[in-house]
Amino acid sequence: MSELAAPLAEDNAPPPKRAGWKTLIAALRHDHLALVAAIYLALLGLLLIVGAFTMQDLASQQALRQRNLPPGSIETGWQYLLGSDSLGRSVLARIVVGGLRTVGVSIATVAISVVVGITLGILAGYRGGIFDALIMRAADVSLAFPGILLAVVLLYIFPPAIITVIIVLVFNRLPLYIRVARAETLEVRERLFVSAARVLGASGWRITRKHILPIVAPTILTIATLDLAVVMLVESSLSFLGMGVQPPSVSWGLLVADGRRYLRAAWWLTFFPGLAIVLTAVAINIVSNWLRVVLDPVQAARLHAVQPEAGPAEGGQNDRR
Amino acid sequence: MTAFILKRLAHSLITLAIFLTLIFVFVRLSGNPADLYLPLNSTQEMRDAFAARIGLDQPIYVQFGRFVLDLMHLDFGDSFVREQPAMTVALSAFPRTLMLAALAMPVALLIAIPLGSAAAYRPFSIGGRTATVGALTAASVPDFWIGIMGVLWFSVMLGWLPTSGTGGWQYWVLPVVALAARPAGILAQVVRGTMVQTLASPYIKAARAKGVGKSALIFKHAFRNATLPVITVGGEQLAGVLSGAIVVETIFGWPGIGKTMIDSILQRDFSVVQASAVVIACSIFLLNIMIDILYARLDPRIRLG
Repeated sequence: MSELAAPLAEDNAPPPKRAGWKTLIAALRHDHLALVAAIYLALLGLLLIVGAFTMQDLASQQALRQRNLPPGSIETGWQYLLGSDSLGRSVLARIVVGGLRTVGVSIATVAISVVVGITLGILAGYRGGIFDALIMRAADVSLAFPGILLAVVLLYIFPPAIITVIIVLVFNRLPLYIRVARAETLEVRERLFVSAARVLGASGWRITRKHILPIVAPTILTIATLDLAVVMLVESSLSFLGMGVQPPSVSWGLLVADGRRYLRAAWWLTFFPGLAIVLTAVAINIVSNWLRVVLDPVQAARLHAVQPEAGPAEGGQNDRR
Repeated sequence: MTAFILKRLAHSLITLAIFLTLIFVFVRLSGNPADLYLPLNSTQEMRDAFAARIGLDQPIYVQFGRFVLDLMHLDFGDSFVREQPAMTVALSAFPRTLMLAALAMPVALLIAIPLGSAAAYRPFSIGGRTATVGALTAASVPDFWIGIMGVLWFSVMLGWLPTSGTGGWQYWVLPVVALAARPAGILAQVVRGTMVQTLASPYIKAARAKGVGKSALIFKHAFRNATLPVITVGGEQLAGVLSGAIVVETIFGWPGIGKTMIDSILQRDFSVVQASAVVIACSIFLLNIMIDILYARLDPRIRLG
């Protein structure tokens, strides 16, 4: 009897506790690619945080005697490891400071999109009716038209400032989160434990907070990690076009755009910021693919059974946008 | 099938209508063009005359009515900068963008299908892993960087290809590669994902047991099931290529609709911005409908359902 009841009870219980840190790190040791990517991201994060305190001045400090130094010129100091630009500013310091802006804008965009997207998506899915129809049509419009086009039209009107860029990017990413949150809510809403809670007299607020949110959140968070890379690329494109981050601030896209004028004389000005974008985007992709496999109970079970399954098993499934 | 397509058509039309209304609102929000085009010391009469000439003295609903009429006539007035009808400017630039996209998409597919299949066939071999990481990298490289690095290597260092402009086939290589890279990477991931699932399915095992060869197994049996996701994502990517052309055209000085739009934004030439946005939006609208029709033709569940 108890054997029969167990799976039933499990079916209606909230999902099992997700893997703790120890399990995650243990799983990471089996997947070398993900390990390398995670180490890269950790080092980048460390570099950006340290750089935020130590390299701000260095990035704008001009040294005309050290103009256009090629990468590897460390005789005059470690700051010219990646060379210097036409005003003798350290490329390394500028990449670190620019990275702060790029990564900061991306994280802010994704964080706002997650919060607003989950709220609107759950509301649309749980309430339904005209509310649902309005939110979904609005989401359709911005989903049907590619990000850059909408962003360019929006930035045509609003003055380019960091906050505008974030708003534009949120506009661009929001529909994805709304759709996923709504779809999950629609599905969860009909499950037995939600009906039970309703019968017991729980308020709509309590049901969404205690029963729906814990199921919607992990899915959204998995998408959010992947989306970080997408947002970073869009931000870089906008900055590159001169419609994102404005000088004298720097961002990776802006550094690439600035360096383009000196392509013949100093290739490193465009190469390294672009490389930073590529490496970071690839690392985020790898880690988030890996995270998805590990956090998914079905795939995690396979992971324990057959070791090689640790690779990103269903790459691309979430990239349909 | 007709019902399905009509429903999708109505759906897309609503979306298009909302988008066009947004363009109207945004352009009106972007400030008084009189401030931009008239000298600072211009009199109020001059400003009023200017507003009257472009119809900004009318109440907003009259302006909106005129916007809708303009849309139907495909006429948005003259470009301030080029002294040509804005629509002519936008439409004469558009074919060059279309040709770029029409070349970039097949290139992306030609790369994505073998790459994705290779990554799926032996996922854990060295070749399979390399293909997976290759697809991931291609999907993560910003198009502007590929473009610039291409110029650096092939134009500046080797001198094989021109840096920008239009002309013979040499002028097409770098823009097409820059546009194709990201779609190729994303599509390869889609092909891989679908193929991994398909190759594990019973009918493939049956075919394998029957002794079907490797290439026939992949391309005759398995790939058919991968077609639908590839079309869906390919359609989205094509829409992305049309707008991604904004970046690539700027780098290569390619006189397509993307560059026209960026130039008009920088020059505040709002009739051209409006006309280009409408042209791109309508082309994406048409593209979505074509994909729906294709989808209905390929998937019997939609065709017969």
